[in-house]
Amino acid sequence: MTNSSTAEPLLEVRDLQVEFRTKAGTAQAVNGLNVTLHAGETLAILGESGSGKSVTAQAIMGILDMPPGHIAGGEIRYRGEDLLQMPDERRRRLRGMNISMIFQDALSSLNPVLPVGWQIGEMFRVHRGVKRREARQKAVEMMERVGIPAAEKRAGDFPHQFSGGMRQRIMIAMAIALDPDVLIADEPTTALDVTVQAQVMRLLKQLQEEFNMGLILITHDLGVVADVADKIAVMYAGRVMEASDVYSIYSSAAHPYTRGLLASIPRVDGADERLDAIPGLPPALTDMPPGCPFSPRCAFATDRCRTERPELREIAAGHTAACHYAEDFITAEEDQHEPA
Amino acid sequence: MSLPETTSAAAGRGEDPFADAEVVLDVQNLVKHFPLTQGIVFQRRVGAVQAVDDVSFQLRRGETLGIVGESGCGKSTLAKLLMRLEDPDAGAVSFRGEDFLAAKGEHLRRLRRKIQIIFQDPYTSLNPRMSVGDIIAEPFSLHPEEKPAQGVRNRVKELLALVGLNPDHINRYPHQFSGGQRQRIGIARGLALNPDVIICDEPVSALDVSVQAQVMNLLDDLQQQLGLSYIFIAHDLSVVRHIADRVGVMYLGRLAELGTEEEIYREPSHPYTQALLSAVPVPDPTLRGQREQIVLAGDPPNPADPPSGCRFRTRCWKATDICTTQEPQLVSRPGVSQLSACHHAAPDWEVEGAPDDARRNDDSA
Ligand SMILES: Nc1ncnc2c1ncn2[C@@H]1O[C@H](COP(=O)(O)OP(=O)(O)OP(=O)(O)O)[C@@H](O)[C@H]1O
Ligand SMILES: Nc1ncnc2c1ncn2[C@@H]1O[C@H](COP(=O)(O)OP(=O)(O)OP(=O)(O)O)[C@@H](O)[C@H]1O
Ligand code: SF4
Ligand code: SF4
Ligand SMILES: [Mg+2]
Ligand SMILES: [Mg+2]
Repeated sequence: MTNSSTAEPLLEVRDLQVEFRTKAGTAQAVNGLNVTLHAGETLAILGESGSGKSVTAQAIMGILDMPPGHIAGGEIRYRGEDLLQMPDERRRRLRGMNISMIFQDALSSLNPVLPVGWQIGEMFRVHRGVKRREARQKAVEMMERVGIPAAEKRAGDFPHQFSGGMRQRIMIAMAIALDPDVLIADEPTTALDVTVQAQVMRLLKQLQEEFNMGLILITHDLGVVADVADKIAVMYAGRVMEASDVYSIYSSAAHPYTRGLLASIPRVDGADERLDAIPGLPPALTDMPPGCPFSPRCAFATDRCRTERPELREIAAGHTAACHYAEDFITAEEDQHEPA
Repeated sequence: MSLPETTSAAAGRGEDPFADAEVVLDVQNLVKHFPLTQGIVFQRRVGAVQAVDDVSFQLRRGETLGIVGESGCGKSTLAKLLMRLEDPDAGAVSFRGEDFLAAKGEHLRRLRRKIQIIFQDPYTSLNPRMSVGDIIAEPFSLHPEEKPAQGVRNRVKELLALVGLNPDHINRYPHQFSGGQRQRIGIARGLALNPDVIICDEPVSALDVSVQAQVMNLLDDLQQQLGLSYIFIAHDLSVVRHIADRVGVMYLGRLAELGTEEEIYREPSHPYTQALLSAVPVPDPTLRGQREQIVLAGDPPNPADPPSGCRFRTRCWKATDICTTQEPQLVSRPGVSQLSACHHAAPDWEVEGAPDDARRNDDSA
């Protein structure tokens, strides 16, 4: 956590807009997203299915499906330089070398017909121009580093010969092979069992500290976030609803959506109270309500909420929320009664 | 080879509000092995996956029994055996005193009505070409003797309302509903024949958390209203804790531990349960670094070739010689109130921290 806000950020996303043009209309998958990442920092992007997490990651990596995808506006600055204005060739070089990514489903992201050692080695051959023998050696080193037993022997094995957790380790080995300084992990443990998830998260944290990487962790799991993140951005319908350091979100969430999420999850260490489910569903991205995107589900919505879109604004130092009445919710909590 | 303690498959000695309730489902020593074959022309049997091995438990009226365990431990196979979608190799299942496995023809049909299942995937478990009304009414065409007096259509509308869907949407198709709504449709169909038992196989796993809470609350309400018994299968320990009255923990086809929700979550006695619970992240950053995690070394063993003795011994920090030679039975153990299949069972781990020796395996490499 070397996150002095004075140091130059590694990555700065400003007002990112991503659209998909579909038959049903234009879907605003990401709508004015702002996040900042420093070296050594873990930023969690949390949100439910379809909220725009993966699209954000793909836009940063430069691997968005275009078309139908289209970046309609904004900046993605890597060490001050806007990736969106960069010549393709240079951007390709940054990808993998400086910014790399781990996907949810390791099996479908690895090539089934190539040995894993070859696939890891390819990073060195393609980007570093290393010869085959040396690339293989480096691949084995990487496999050892991510905790694959008998790496030397197993480098010739194919992806299907590994368990889910081991495959995810292989993905991690590929992603960190070239010593990137930004690592984006899109639901890296969602497909894994909890004991394996714990191993993989621990490995990611270790590697991050060792290399002082900036880590963007995309997840829908509030437990994982609480365990590893330094700060968090909560997304809903393509927008950041609330962002702060990780402690403030859990102790004094200001946005009714964040508060609703926290009240709706059962806890392994918790009692049997009835869950406070959020009623209804997220809006269709092709048919967004005019005001606050959460207003159709929000118990506190007023006429203003239904007509005027709340901007993401600072409500306390380092804590932003996109709700007209955010301050009231925090104050109400301090006063121990419900907001008006 | 087991300890001379009771081998009863009922709950342990902890507080159990259902202790006197009627047993609706009595499962004894259920076994299902899937043969593994090799060769193309002459298939040779080279072993078997022990998907369910010697599983016993009872389910009482109005109660929810949670089954947790990691991928491949046999949860869905158990569900299929209880539905008679698979035939067991050995064991007995009786439903309200009647032998369910021996039942045939009309008798089987009658019993089957009383046990329904809800599947994990609300996207694939509904026929996309059938209207919601037809999907929910389907059980009535399989069981015409159950045709409701008020007419099928009225009953379907009533069921839609019961699960919180708009009865006017009876003619819509599954793709016009969200995941949570489709899961409600599956629940409505499951309720059509007034079952006594509903087996839920990962019913909320595919849903977003806010929607997951809606479905869990619905299941709760229906249980209260209709006196249903649930077998609730999930890999999410938090979800199971929330909904279950009693919990069985499975590892490689066997029950490792069986007890009330309180016993399992507050005083887990089996090292595997302890490791599982310690690995679940808790949504509270102030507990970071305070909760000792038992990080298990290595991968789960091959289910076709489980270790001798205790199946967990290859990953267990407490294993001794007896664990290699004797398979521990699910029985009550000294100092432990629930049933535990561990030779060294002890409630010696708490949420706050694992014992020091637990970290012997603390190396994820
Ligand atoms: N290639 C595509 N074509 C059309 N629409 C797309 C495409 N990729 C994503 N979208 C849309 O963009 C929105 C955001 O999708 P995204 O994959 O970012 O969600 P997510 O937050 O990652 O959800 P999940 O948790 O399910 O992975 C969704 O409504 C999705 O349907
Ligand atoms: N029809 C089958 N033929 C052969 N093996 C099978 C069959 N069905 C299941 N198995 C094996 O039996 C074991 C238990 O599978 P099961 O589907 O019951 O696990 P599960 O606990 O439901 O896992 P998950 O959490 O992934 O759903 C696995 O090793 C599986 O590969
Ligand atoms: S702006 Fe209004 S509708 Fe939106 S979250 Fe705040 S109170 Fe609710
Ligand atoms: S029986 Fe032995 S190996 Fe099995 S869980 Fe208990 S201590 Fe561990
Ligand atoms: Mg995604
Ligand atoms: Mg299953």
